[in-house]
Amino acid sequence: MSDFNLKAATQEYATRLGDDAVVLGHRLSEWTSNGPFLEEDIALSNVALDYIGRARMYYTYAAELAGNGKTEDDFAYTRDMREYRNLLIHELPRGDFAYTMVRQLLVDVFNTYYLPELAKSADSTLAGIAQKAIKETRYHLRRSHEWTLRLGDGTEASHQRMQRALESLWGYTHELFDADPLELQLADAGIGVHNAALRPTWLAQVSAILTEATLTVPKDDWAVRGGRVGYHTENLGHLLNDMQFLHRAYPGCQW
Amino acid sequence: MMTPEQNFMRKIEAEEKIEPKDWMPEAYRQNLIRQISQHAHSEVIGMQPEGNWITRAPSLRRKAVLLSKVQDEGGHGLYLYSATETLGVKRADLIAAMQSGEAKYASIFNYPTQTWADIGAIGWLVDGAAIVNQISLQRTSYGPYSRAMIRICKEESFHQRQGYELMIALAHGSPAQKAMAQDALNRFYWPALMMFGPHDAESAHSAKSMTWKIKRETNDDLRQKFIDQTVPQIEFLGLVHPDQDLKWNAERGHYDSGEIDWKEFYNVINGNGHCNRQRVEHHIRAHEEGAWVRDAMTAYNAKQRAKTTEQRQAA
Repeated sequence: MSDFNLKAATQEYATRLGDDAVVLGHRLSEWTSNGPFLEEDIALSNVALDYIGRARMYYTYAAELAGNGKTEDDFAYTRDMREYRNLLIHELPRGDFAYTMVRQLLVDVFNTYYLPELAKSADSTLAGIAQKAIKETRYHLRRSHEWTLRLGDGTEASHQRMQRALESLWGYTHELFDADPLELQLADAGIGVHNAALRPTWLAQVSAILTEATLTVPKDDWAVRGGRVGYHTENLGHLLNDMQFLHRAYPGCQW
Repeated sequence: MMTPEQNFMRKIEAEEKIEPKDWMPEAYRQNLIRQISQHAHSEVIGMQPEGNWITRAPSLRRKAVLLSKVQDEGGHGLYLYSATETLGVKRADLIAAMQSGEAKYASIFNYPTQTWADIGAIGWLVDGAAIVNQISLQRTSYGPYSRAMIRICKEESFHQRQGYELMIALAHGSPAQKAMAQDALNRFYWPALMMFGPHDAESAHSAKSMTWKIKRETNDDLRQKFIDQTVPQIEFLGLVHPDQDLKWNAERGHYDSGEIDWKEFYNVINGNGHCNRQRVEHHIRAHEEGAWVRDAMTAYNAKQRAKTTEQRQAA
C-alpha cells in the first residue's frame, strides 16, 4: 500500500472503532435512571462514559487524519445509518438487564484480547487509545463476569433470562472475528489486529465463565453480519434519529 | 447536672455538631429524616428530567458532561440515603415512602425538559438555587448531613458552571438557539425561585428547624440571594429577565421582585404538576423491572454462603 492509502485506511479503521464505541455507549446510557438499583445505575452510566470517551478519541484521530477541518462530532452526528460501520452487536437494543449484561460479557471478553493487540499497533495513536481502554475493559469485565455468575446461578427466572439473552446474541458474535480486505491489510501492516486469531481464546474464556454460571454455550449454527459494510439492523436508524435529532432539526449550529 | 435535652441545646448553641449516637429529641430526628430523605429523593428523581436528554445531547462532549452530571446526582442520592440511615431508618423504607407519595422530592423536577436549552437552564438555575441553599446547609447542626453538603456543594458548583456555559453557547448561537435559551429561562426562572419554599410566615417546618439549626437561613433570605446573583448572569447572556417587576432597591441593597404564583407552587407540591405522576411511575417501573435482578443477587449470595459453610464443615 502507498502511504496515502495507508492513511486513508487507518482513518476508516479509526472511524469504525469510533462507531462501535459511540453506539454501545449510547445503548448503555439508556440505562441511566432505569437501573435495577442506584449503585448499578451509577456503574452502568460509568461504563457508558468510558465508551463515549473512546468514541471521542477514535473520531478525533479519524478527523485528524482526514485533515479537512472535521471534528469528532461530524463523524458522530452528520453520517446516516448506511455510512455507520459499527459491528451489529453494539446497536442491538438495550433489552433487559440480562441482555445488557450478556452483551457486555461477550464484548468485554473480546476487548480483553483485542485491545492488548491494538496496543502493539505500529500506529502510536491507536496504540495509545487501546492502552487507555485496556484498564477500563478490565473493570468492565470484572463487572460483567460477576453479573453473569449472579444471574446465571441466581434464581430460575434469572437463569432463564440469561440463557435467552445468550441465545439471541450469540449469532452476532461471529462478526467480531471477521476482517474485510481493509482490516486484513492494516493487520498485515502492523497497524490493525488479526481478529480471527482471537476467537479460540475468546471462546474458551466465554465458555468457562458461562459454565461456571451454569449456563449453556449456544450452538454455532447461525450468524448475522453486515455492520462493517453499513448493512445494519433496523435498530440503528432509530438510535441515530435520537442521537442526531438536534443536528437534523437545526443544521449547521454549534452547541 | 444537665438533662440530655439541655445538653443537646447547649451543643446546638455552641455550634457543636450532633452526631448519630448523641441523644437528640425525637422531633429533631424526625425532622432530619424528612429533610435529608427528601433531599436524597430529589437527587434521584432529578436524574429523570436530565436523563431525558442524554441520548439526544448534541455533541459528544456535552453527552459526556451530562452523563457524568446525572451520575453525580445518583452519587449524591447515595450519600444522602446513607446520611439518613444514620438516623435509624432503612433506605428501602425511605424509597417506599417516596413511591407512595408520602415523602416528597423537590417540585422543580416535576417540570418537563422540553428542549436542549432546559438542560442548560437546570444546571444554571436549578443547581444554582440548590447551591445557595446547600452552602447554608454546610453549617447545619447534624454532622453527617453537614459533611454530605460540603462534599455535594463542590460538585454542584461544577454543574452550575457547565449549565451556564451551555446557555452561553446557545445565547451566542443562531437566532433559533437564542430563542430556545430565552424560552428555557422563562420556563425555569419562576420554578427555581419556588425551590426556596413558601414565604417564611407560611413555612410549616421553618421555625423549629431554625431553632435547632437544621436550617441556618430563612427561605426568603436565601431566595433574595439567588434573585440578586442571577440578575447579572441574565444580563451577560443578553437575555430578557422574565420578571417584569424586577427593580433595584437602593435602600435595601437588593432587587425587589414580582410575586411568585403560589397557586402553581401548591398545585405542583400537591402532586398535580406536569410530571408528578410520570416521575414516580418511572421510578416504580425501574424498581419493579429490577426486582428479579435483586432477587437473583440475594439467591446467589445465599448459595455462595451455603457453599462456604459446607466447605468449612468438611475441612
